[in-house]
Amino acid sequence: MSTTVISLISMGALGAVFAVGLAIASKKFHVEVDPLVESLEEALPGINCGACGFAGCRAFAEGLAQGKAAPDGCPVGGVETAKAVAEILGVEATAKQRRVAQVLCKGGEEQSASRAEFVGPQDCRIAHLTQSGSKGCIYGCIGCGTCVESCRFDAMAMNDNRLPVVYEDNCTACGACVRVCPRNINVLVDERQGVHIRCRSLAKAKQTRQVCSVGCIACRRCEKECPVDAITVTDNLARIDYDKCINCRRCVKVCPMGTIDEQEGKPVIKKQRAS
Amino acid sequence: MEFFLIFLGAVLVNNFVLVQFLGLCPLMGVSKQVETSVGMGMAVTFVMTVAAAVSWLIEHYILVPFEIEFLQTVAFILVIASMVQLVEMFLNKMSPSLYRSLGIFLPLITTNCAIMGMALLMVQEQYTFIQSVIFGIGAGVGFTIALVLLAGLREELDYADVPVPLKGAGIAFIIAGLLSVAFTGFGGLV
Repeated sequence: MSTTVISLISMGALGAVFAVGLAIASKKFHVEVDPLVESLEEALPGINCGACGFAGCRAFAEGLAQGKAAPDGCPVGGVETAKAVAEILGVEATAKQRRVAQVLCKGGEEQSASRAEFVGPQDCRIAHLTQSGSKGCIYGCIGCGTCVESCRFDAMAMNDNRLPVVYEDNCTACGACVRVCPRNINVLVDERQGVHIRCRSLAKAKQTRQVCSVGCIACRRCEKECPVDAITVTDNLARIDYDKCINCRRCVKVCPMGTIDEQEGKPVIKKQRAS
Repeated sequence: MEFFLIFLGAVLVNNFVLVQFLGLCPLMGVSKQVETSVGMGMAVTFVMTVAAAVSWLIEHYILVPFEIEFLQTVAFILVIASMVQLVEMFLNKMSPSLYRSLGIFLPLITTNCAIMGMALLMVQEQYTFIQSVIFGIGAGVGFTIALVLLAGLREELDYADVPVPLKGAGIAFIIAGLLSVAFTGFGGLV
Protein backbone atom coordinates (compact mmCIF):
# COMPACT_ATOMS: atom_id res chain seq x y z
CA MET A 1 0.00 0.00 0.00
CA SER A 2 1.22 3.44 -0.74
CA THR A 3 2.14 5.84 2.03
CA THR A 4 -0.71 8.14 1.05
CA VAL A 5 -3.35 5.51 1.61
CA ILE A 6 -1.83 4.39 4.91
CA SER A 7 -1.62 7.96 6.10
CA LEU A 8 -5.22 8.66 5.21
CA ILE A 9 -6.52 5.48 6.81
CA SER A 10 -4.48 5.75 10.00
CA MET A 11 -5.24 9.43 10.61
CA GLY A 12 -8.89 8.91 9.72
CA ALA A 13 -9.14 5.99 12.10
CA LEU A 14 -7.43 7.93 14.90
CA GLY A 15 -9.78 10.86 14.36
CA ALA A 16 -12.79 8.56 14.40
CA VAL A 17 -11.68 6.90 17.64
CA PHE A 18 -11.23 10.25 19.37
CA ALA A 19 -14.50 11.54 17.96
CA VAL A 20 -16.42 8.59 19.38
CA GLY A 21 -14.66 9.03 22.73
CA LEU A 22 -15.53 12.71 22.86
CA ALA A 23 -19.12 12.08 21.82
CA ILE A 24 -19.55 9.65 24.71
CA ALA A 25 -17.87 12.09 27.08
CA SER A 26 -20.07 14.98 26.00
CA LYS A 27 -23.17 12.91 26.75
CA LYS A 28 -21.79 12.02 30.15
CA PHE A 29 -20.68 15.52 31.10
CA HIS A 30 -23.68 17.30 29.63
CA VAL A 31 -24.53 20.53 31.45
CA GLU A 32 -27.97 22.09 31.48
CA VAL A 33 -27.66 25.77 30.62
CA ASP A 34 -30.33 27.99 32.11
CA PRO A 35 -32.23 29.36 29.07
CA LEU A 36 -33.14 32.39 31.19
CA VAL A 37 -29.49 33.42 31.47
CA GLU A 38 -29.05 33.01 27.72
CA SER A 39 -31.99 35.24 26.85
CA LEU A 40 -30.96 37.81 29.46
CA GLU A 41 -27.46 37.94 28.06
CA GLU A 42 -28.84 38.63 24.61
CA ALA A 43 -30.84 41.57 25.93
CA LEU A 44 -27.70 43.17 27.41
CA PRO A 45 -25.31 45.37 25.41
CA GLY A 46 -22.64 42.68 25.50
CA ILE A 47 -19.61 44.95 25.72
CA ASN A 48 -18.45 43.56 29.09
CA CYS A 49 -17.51 46.97 30.50
CA GLY A 50 -18.16 45.94 34.09
CA ALA A 51 -19.98 49.16 35.00
CA CYS A 52 -22.73 47.11 36.64
CA GLY A 53 -20.28 45.77 39.20
CA PHE A 54 -20.28 42.24 37.75
CA ALA A 55 -17.50 40.64 35.74
CA GLY A 56 -19.03 41.18 32.32
CA CYS A 57 -22.47 40.85 30.80
CA ARG A 58 -22.64 37.08 31.32
CA ALA A 59 -22.03 37.39 35.07
CA PHE A 60 -24.59 40.18 35.25
CA ALA A 61 -27.15 37.99 33.44
CA GLU A 62 -26.51 35.20 35.94
CA GLY A 63 -26.87 37.68 38.78
CA LEU A 64 -30.18 38.78 37.33
CA ALA A 65 -31.40 35.21 37.03
CA GLN A 66 -30.47 34.53 40.66
CA GLY A 67 -32.03 37.77 41.84
CA LYS A 68 -28.70 39.23 42.95
CA ALA A 69 -28.79 42.11 40.46
CA ALA A 70 -31.42 44.75 39.85
CA PRO A 71 -33.04 44.84 36.37
CA ASP A 72 -31.94 48.45 35.96
CA GLY A 73 -28.36 47.65 36.99
CA CYS A 74 -26.89 48.15 33.53
CA PRO A 75 -25.99 51.83 33.16
CA VAL A 76 -24.89 51.44 29.56
CA GLY A 77 -28.12 49.94 28.24
CA GLY A 78 -30.16 52.49 30.13
CA VAL A 79 -33.93 52.50 30.19
CA GLU A 80 -34.40 50.32 27.12
CA THR A 81 -32.26 47.48 28.43
CA ALA A 82 -33.88 47.76 31.85
CA LYS A 83 -37.29 47.36 30.18
CA ALA A 84 -36.17 44.39 28.09
CA VAL A 85 -34.62 42.71 31.13
CA ALA A 86 -37.65 43.38 33.29
CA GLU A 87 -39.86 41.88 30.60
CA ILE A 88 -37.80 38.68 30.47
CA LEU A 89 -37.79 38.43 34.24
CA GLY A 90 -41.49 39.28 34.42
CA VAL A 91 -41.07 42.14 36.86
CA GLU A 92 -42.07 45.77 36.79
CA ALA A 93 -39.53 48.00 35.06
CA THR A 94 -38.20 50.72 37.30
CA ALA A 95 -36.70 53.47 35.22
CA LYS A 96 -33.57 54.76 36.85
CA GLN A 97 -32.68 58.38 36.34
CA ARG A 98 -30.01 58.59 33.67
CA ARG A 99 -26.66 59.93 34.77
CA VAL A 100 -23.93 61.60 32.75
CA ALA A 101 -20.32 62.47 33.43
CA GLN A 102 -19.39 66.01 34.44
CA VAL A 103 -15.91 67.48 34.32
CA LEU A 104 -15.22 69.35 37.54
CA CYS A 105 -12.44 71.65 36.35
CA LYS A 106 -12.61 74.83 34.33
CA GLY A 107 -8.94 75.69 34.37
CA GLY A 108 -7.59 74.89 30.95
CA GLU A 109 -4.40 76.23 29.46
CA GLU A 110 -5.76 79.80 29.35
CA GLN A 111 -6.90 79.92 32.96
CA SER A 112 -4.18 77.95 34.69
CA ALA A 113 -0.61 78.47 33.53
CA SER A 114 1.96 75.71 33.49
CA ARG A 115 4.71 75.79 36.08
CA ALA A 116 6.95 73.38 34.21
CA GLU A 117 7.18 71.39 31.03
CA PHE A 118 6.26 67.74 31.16
CA VAL A 119 8.20 65.56 28.77
CA GLY A 120 7.05 61.99 28.67
CA PRO A 121 4.15 59.79 27.64
CA GLN A 122 1.04 61.94 27.26
CA ASP A 123 -0.95 60.10 29.87
CA CYS A 124 -2.49 61.94 32.82
CA ARG A 125 -1.69 59.10 35.20
CA ILE A 126 2.00 59.24 34.33
CA ALA A 127 2.06 63.06 34.39
CA HIS A 128 0.33 63.02 37.76
CA LEU A 129 2.99 60.74 39.23
CA THR A 130 5.74 62.96 37.84
CA GLN A 131 5.84 65.79 40.37
CA SER A 132 2.04 66.15 40.13
CA GLY A 133 2.16 67.18 36.50
CA SER A 134 3.15 70.41 34.84
CA LYS A 135 0.07 72.48 35.53
CA GLY A 136 0.13 75.25 38.13
CA CYS A 137 -2.84 73.78 39.95
CA ILE A 138 -2.07 70.36 41.40
CA TYR A 139 -5.76 69.54 41.80
CA GLY A 140 -7.02 70.45 38.34
CA CYS A 141 -7.25 68.69 35.01
CA ILE A 142 -3.85 67.74 33.61
CA GLY A 143 -5.18 67.82 30.06
CA CYS A 144 -3.49 64.81 28.46
CA GLY A 145 -6.86 63.39 27.52
CA THR A 146 -6.58 60.01 29.23
CA CYS A 147 -10.29 60.16 30.07
CA VAL A 148 -11.10 60.81 26.42
CA GLU A 149 -9.09 57.74 25.45
CA SER A 150 -10.85 55.67 28.09
CA CYS A 151 -14.29 56.57 26.73
CA ARG A 152 -15.66 53.75 24.59
CA PHE A 153 -18.77 55.61 23.50
CA ASP A 154 -17.36 58.72 21.77
CA ALA A 155 -18.84 60.82 24.53
CA MET A 156 -15.72 62.84 25.32
CA ALA A 157 -13.30 65.07 23.47
CA MET A 158 -10.56 67.55 24.33
CA ASN A 159 -11.31 71.18 23.48
CA ASP A 160 -8.80 73.80 22.33
CA ASN A 161 -8.26 74.79 25.93
CA ARG A 162 -7.01 71.27 26.78
CA LEU A 163 -10.03 70.44 28.85
CA PRO A 164 -12.28 67.43 28.28
CA VAL A 165 -15.87 68.04 27.28
CA VAL A 166 -18.67 65.52 27.64
CA TYR A 167 -21.20 64.91 24.89
CA GLU A 168 -24.04 64.05 27.18
CA ASP A 169 -26.15 62.43 24.46
CA ASN A 170 -23.51 59.73 24.03
CA CYS A 171 -22.57 59.32 27.68
CA THR A 172 -23.69 56.03 29.21
CA ALA A 173 -22.40 56.65 32.72
CA CYS A 174 -20.16 53.59 32.47
CA GLY A 175 -17.72 55.36 34.78
CA ALA A 176 -14.56 54.59 32.80
CA CYS A 177 -13.47 58.26 32.77
CA VAL A 178 -14.23 58.55 36.48
CA ARG A 179 -11.99 55.63 37.34
CA VAL A 180 -9.14 56.54 35.02
CA CYS A 181 -8.68 60.15 36.16
CA PRO A 182 -5.82 60.38 38.68
CA ARG A 183 -7.31 63.56 40.14
CA ASN A 184 -10.96 62.56 40.34
CA ILE A 185 -12.05 65.42 38.10
CA ASN A 186 -14.89 63.47 36.49
CA VAL A 187 -18.04 62.57 38.36
CA LEU A 188 -21.33 60.95 37.40
CA VAL A 189 -24.31 63.19 38.00
CA ASP A 190 -28.05 62.99 37.36
CA GLU A 191 -28.52 64.31 33.83
CA ARG A 192 -31.14 66.85 34.97
CA GLN A 193 -28.63 68.72 37.13
CA GLY A 194 -27.43 71.81 35.28
CA VAL A 195 -25.38 73.71 37.86
CA HIS A 196 -21.87 72.53 38.63
CA ILE A 197 -19.02 73.87 40.73
CA ARG A 198 -16.23 73.09 38.33
CA CYS A 199 -13.27 73.05 40.68
CA ARG A 200 -11.50 70.42 42.77
CA SER A 201 -8.86 72.61 44.37
CA LEU A 202 -8.34 72.14 48.09
CA ALA A 203 -5.66 74.84 48.17
CA LYS A 204 -6.17 78.03 50.17
CA ALA A 205 -7.72 81.01 48.38
CA LYS A 206 -4.42 82.79 47.87
CA GLN A 207 -2.70 79.80 46.32
CA THR A 208 -5.69 79.03 44.13
CA ARG A 209 -5.76 82.61 42.84
CA GLN A 210 -2.07 82.41 42.00
CA VAL A 211 -2.40 79.36 39.80
CA CYS A 212 -5.88 79.64 38.30
CA SER A 213 -8.23 82.42 37.28
CA VAL A 214 -11.39 80.35 37.65
CA GLY A 215 -10.67 78.31 40.80
CA CYS A 216 -12.89 78.19 43.85
CA ILE A 217 -11.58 80.51 46.57
CA ALA A 218 -14.08 79.33 49.18
CA CYS A 219 -15.59 82.79 49.67
CA ARG A 220 -18.86 81.21 50.81
CA ARG A 221 -21.05 83.57 48.80
CA CYS A 222 -22.71 80.68 47.01
CA GLU A 223 -23.22 78.90 50.29
CA LYS A 224 -25.09 81.90 51.70
CA GLU A 225 -27.03 82.51 48.49
CA CYS A 226 -28.32 78.98 48.03
CA PRO A 227 -32.02 78.79 48.95
CA VAL A 228 -32.01 75.04 49.51
CA ASP A 229 -28.71 74.67 51.41
CA ALA A 230 -27.28 72.54 48.65
CA ILE A 231 -23.81 74.11 48.77
CA THR A 232 -21.34 73.65 51.59
CA VAL A 233 -17.78 74.88 51.79
CA THR A 234 -15.32 72.45 53.33
CA ASP A 235 -11.54 72.17 52.95
CA ASN A 236 -11.35 75.44 50.97
CA LEU A 237 -13.76 74.15 48.35
CA ALA A 238 -17.45 74.70 47.71
CA ARG A 239 -19.30 71.47 46.96
CA ILE A 240 -22.77 70.98 45.65
CA ASP A 241 -25.21 68.40 46.99
CA TYR A 242 -26.98 67.24 43.85
CA ASP A 243 -29.75 65.65 45.88
CA LYS A 244 -30.76 69.12 47.01
CA CYS A 245 -29.80 71.39 44.11
CA ILE A 246 -32.81 72.61 42.11
CA ASN A 247 -30.94 74.41 39.27
CA CYS A 248 -32.06 77.87 40.45
CA ARG A 249 -28.75 79.33 39.24
CA ARG A 250 -28.53 81.97 41.95
CA CYS A 251 -25.07 80.77 42.93
CA VAL A 252 -23.88 81.18 39.35
CA LYS A 253 -24.59 84.90 39.50
CA VAL A 254 -22.83 85.57 42.80
CA CYS A 255 -19.66 83.57 42.15
CA PRO A 256 -16.83 86.10 41.83
CA MET A 257 -14.49 83.70 40.05
CA GLY A 258 -16.93 82.24 37.56
CA THR A 259 -16.22 78.76 38.89
CA ILE A 260 -19.85 77.76 38.97
CA ASP A 261 -21.15 76.74 35.59
CA GLU A 262 -24.68 76.53 34.30
CA GLN A 263 -25.74 74.32 31.44
CA GLU A 264 -28.41 75.39 29.02
CA GLY A 265 -31.50 73.34 28.46
CA LYS A 266 -31.68 72.12 32.03
CA PRO A 267 -34.63 73.84 33.72
CA VAL A 268 -35.35 74.29 37.40
CA ILE A 269 -36.31 71.03 39.03
CA LYS A 270 -38.99 70.71 41.64
CA LYS A 271 -37.70 68.67 44.53
CA GLN A 272 -39.03 67.88 47.93
CA ARG A 273 -36.83 69.57 50.42
CA ALA A 274 -35.02 67.22 52.65
CA SER A 275 -36.03 68.04 56.17
CA MET B 1 16.16 6.14 40.51
CA GLU B 2 16.06 6.53 36.75
CA PHE B 3 12.36 7.48 36.85
CA PHE B 4 13.02 9.92 39.66
CA LEU B 5 15.75 11.60 37.62
CA ILE B 6 13.47 11.97 34.61
CA PHE B 7 10.76 13.42 36.84
CA LEU B 8 13.11 15.84 38.60
CA GLY B 9 14.67 16.80 35.29
CA ALA B 10 11.31 17.72 33.83
CA VAL B 11 10.13 19.56 36.95
CA LEU B 12 13.19 21.61 37.86
CA VAL B 13 16.22 21.36 35.61
CA ASN B 14 14.43 21.59 32.28
CA ASN B 15 11.32 23.30 33.60
CA PHE B 16 9.19 23.79 30.50
CA VAL B 17 8.16 27.32 31.29
CA LEU B 18 11.02 28.91 33.17
CA VAL B 19 13.97 27.21 31.52
CA GLN B 20 12.73 26.18 28.07
CA PHE B 21 10.30 29.13 27.72
CA LEU B 22 7.44 27.06 26.36
CA GLY B 23 3.81 27.89 27.08
CA LEU B 24 4.25 31.50 28.14
CA CYS B 25 0.74 32.54 27.11
CA PRO B 26 -1.07 30.91 30.05
CA LEU B 27 1.84 31.84 32.32
CA MET B 28 0.90 35.50 31.91
CA GLY B 29 -2.82 34.98 31.41
CA VAL B 30 -3.79 32.74 34.31
CA SER B 31 -1.28 33.73 36.97
CA LYS B 32 -3.35 36.39 38.69
CA GLN B 33 -4.82 34.18 41.40
CA VAL B 34 -3.27 31.15 43.08
CA GLU B 35 -6.58 29.29 43.02
CA THR B 36 -7.08 29.62 39.27
CA SER B 37 -3.45 28.88 38.56
CA VAL B 38 -3.67 25.63 40.53
CA GLY B 39 -6.73 24.68 38.46
CA MET B 40 -4.93 25.52 35.25
CA GLY B 41 -1.87 23.58 36.41
CA MET B 42 -3.98 20.51 37.15
CA ALA B 43 -5.68 20.72 33.75
CA VAL B 44 -2.34 21.03 31.96
CA THR B 45 -0.82 18.21 34.03
CA PHE B 46 -3.72 15.94 33.15
CA VAL B 47 -3.53 16.76 29.46
CA MET B 48 0.26 16.31 29.46
CA THR B 49 0.15 12.95 31.22
CA VAL B 50 -2.55 11.48 29.02
CA ALA B 51 -1.06 13.05 25.90
CA ALA B 52 2.33 11.53 26.75
CA ALA B 53 0.84 8.07 27.14
CA VAL B 54 -1.38 8.19 24.05
CA SER B 55 1.25 9.89 21.92
CA TRP B 56 3.77 7.21 22.85
CA LEU B 57 1.33 4.48 21.85
CA ILE B 58 0.55 6.21 18.57
CA GLU B 59 4.21 6.82 17.84
CA HIS B 60 5.28 3.24 18.50
CA TYR B 61 2.27 1.28 17.27
CA ILE B 62 1.04 3.37 14.35
CA LEU B 63 3.57 5.92 13.12
CA VAL B 64 6.77 3.80 13.30
CA PRO B 65 5.37 0.45 12.03
CA PHE B 66 3.65 2.12 9.06
CA GLU B 67 6.63 4.40 8.47
CA ILE B 68 4.54 7.55 8.55
CA GLU B 69 6.54 9.47 11.16
CA PHE B 70 6.11 12.63 9.13
CA LEU B 71 2.53 12.74 10.44
CA GLN B 72 3.85 13.01 14.01
CA THR B 73 2.78 16.63 14.50
CA VAL B 74 -0.70 16.06 13.10
CA ALA B 75 -1.27 12.97 15.20
CA PHE B 76 -0.02 14.58 18.40
CA ILE B 77 -2.12 17.68 17.89
CA LEU B 78 -5.14 15.42 17.42
CA VAL B 79 -4.43 13.74 20.74
CA ILE B 80 -3.86 17.02 22.58
CA ALA B 81 -6.96 18.69 21.16
CA SER B 82 -9.13 15.71 22.10
CA MET B 83 -7.75 15.65 25.63
CA VAL B 84 -8.36 19.38 26.06
CA GLN B 85 -11.94 18.94 24.89
CA LEU B 86 -12.37 16.20 27.45
CA VAL B 87 -10.95 18.35 30.25
CA GLU B 88 -13.16 21.23 29.18
CA MET B 89 -16.31 19.15 29.38
CA PHE B 90 -15.23 17.65 32.68
CA LEU B 91 -14.51 21.06 34.25
CA ASN B 92 -17.73 22.59 32.94
CA LYS B 93 -19.60 19.81 34.71
CA MET B 94 -17.57 19.51 37.89
CA SER B 95 -16.39 23.04 38.60
CA PRO B 96 -18.22 25.72 36.61
CA SER B 97 -16.55 28.52 38.59
CA LEU B 98 -13.07 27.28 37.68
CA TYR B 99 -14.27 26.75 34.11
CA ARG B 100 -15.32 30.38 33.89
CA SER B 101 -12.27 31.83 35.60
CA LEU B 102 -9.99 29.93 33.20
CA GLY B 103 -12.08 31.27 30.33
CA ILE B 104 -10.39 31.26 26.94
CA PHE B 105 -7.16 29.86 28.38
CA LEU B 106 -8.73 26.44 28.86
CA PRO B 107 -9.38 25.71 25.16
CA LEU B 108 -6.08 27.44 24.44
CA ILE B 109 -4.24 24.58 26.18
CA THR B 110 -4.68 22.93 22.77
CA THR B 111 -2.20 25.32 21.26
CA ASN B 112 0.04 25.41 24.31
CA CYS B 113 3.46 24.68 22.90
CA ALA B 114 4.61 23.19 26.23
CA ILE B 115 2.42 20.14 25.61
CA MET B 116 3.40 19.72 21.99
CA GLY B 117 7.03 20.26 23.02
CA MET B 118 6.70 17.59 25.67
CA ALA B 119 5.34 15.06 23.16
CA LEU B 120 8.09 15.79 20.61
CA LEU B 121 10.85 15.74 23.25
CA MET B 122 9.57 12.43 24.55
CA VAL B 123 10.05 10.86 21.11
CA GLN B 124 13.41 12.57 20.63
CA GLU B 125 14.72 11.20 23.94
CA GLN B 126 13.51 7.69 22.98
CA TYR B 127 11.80 7.10 26.31
CA THR B 128 9.96 3.87 27.11
CA PHE B 129 6.23 3.98 27.83
CA ILE B 130 6.58 4.33 31.61
CA GLN B 131 9.39 6.85 31.23
CA SER B 132 7.19 8.89 28.89
CA VAL B 133 4.31 8.98 31.34
CA ILE B 134 6.67 10.03 34.16
CA PHE B 135 8.11 12.67 31.85
CA GLY B 136 4.58 13.92 31.10
CA ILE B 137 3.68 14.14 34.78
CA GLY B 138 6.96 15.88 35.53
CA ALA B 139 6.43 18.42 32.78
CA GLY B 140 2.91 19.12 34.05
CA VAL B 141 4.06 19.48 37.65
CA GLY B 142 6.85 21.78 36.53
CA PHE B 143 4.34 23.92 34.65
CA THR B 144 2.08 24.02 37.72
CA ILE B 145 4.97 25.03 39.99
CA ALA B 146 5.97 27.88 37.70
CA LEU B 147 2.38 29.09 37.40
CA VAL B 148 1.62 28.89 41.13
CA LEU B 149 4.91 30.57 42.07
CA LEU B 150 4.19 33.48 39.76
CA ALA B 151 0.56 33.70 40.86
CA GLY B 152 1.60 33.82 44.52
CA LEU B 153 4.02 36.63 43.83
CA ARG B 154 1.49 38.54 41.74
CA GLU B 155 -1.12 38.25 44.50
CA GLU B 156 1.31 39.87 46.91
CA LEU B 157 1.97 42.57 44.34
CA ASP B 158 -1.59 43.86 44.73
CA TYR B 159 -0.44 45.46 47.97
CA ALA B 160 2.80 46.81 46.57
CA ASP B 161 3.23 50.28 45.15
CA VAL B 162 4.08 49.35 41.56
CA PRO B 163 4.87 52.26 39.23
CA VAL B 164 1.89 52.78 36.92
CA PRO B 165 3.70 52.05 33.62
CA LEU B 166 4.79 48.66 34.98
CA LYS B 167 1.45 47.62 36.46
CA GLY B 168 -0.04 44.35 35.24
CA ALA B 169 1.84 42.47 32.58
CA GLY B 170 5.00 44.60 32.83
CA ILE B 171 5.90 43.70 36.37
CA ALA B 172 4.73 40.11 35.79
CA PHE B 173 7.26 39.71 33.01
CA ILE B 174 10.02 41.07 35.24
CA ILE B 175 9.09 38.60 37.98
CA ALA B 176 8.93 35.74 35.48
CA GLY B 177 12.39 36.70 34.29
CA LEU B 178 13.76 36.67 37.83
CA LEU B 179 12.10 33.31 38.49
CA SER B 180 13.69 32.01 35.33
CA VAL B 181 17.11 33.20 36.50
CA ALA B 182 16.51 31.40 39.78
CA PHE B 183 15.58 28.20 37.98
CA THR B 184 18.78 28.17 35.96
CA GLY B 185 20.39 27.47 39.34
CA PHE B 186 19.04 23.92 39.04
CA GLY B 187 21.13 23.37 35.91
CA GLY B 188 23.54 20.45 36.31
CA LEU B 189 21.49 18.92 39.12
CA VAL B 190 20.62 15.85 37.05
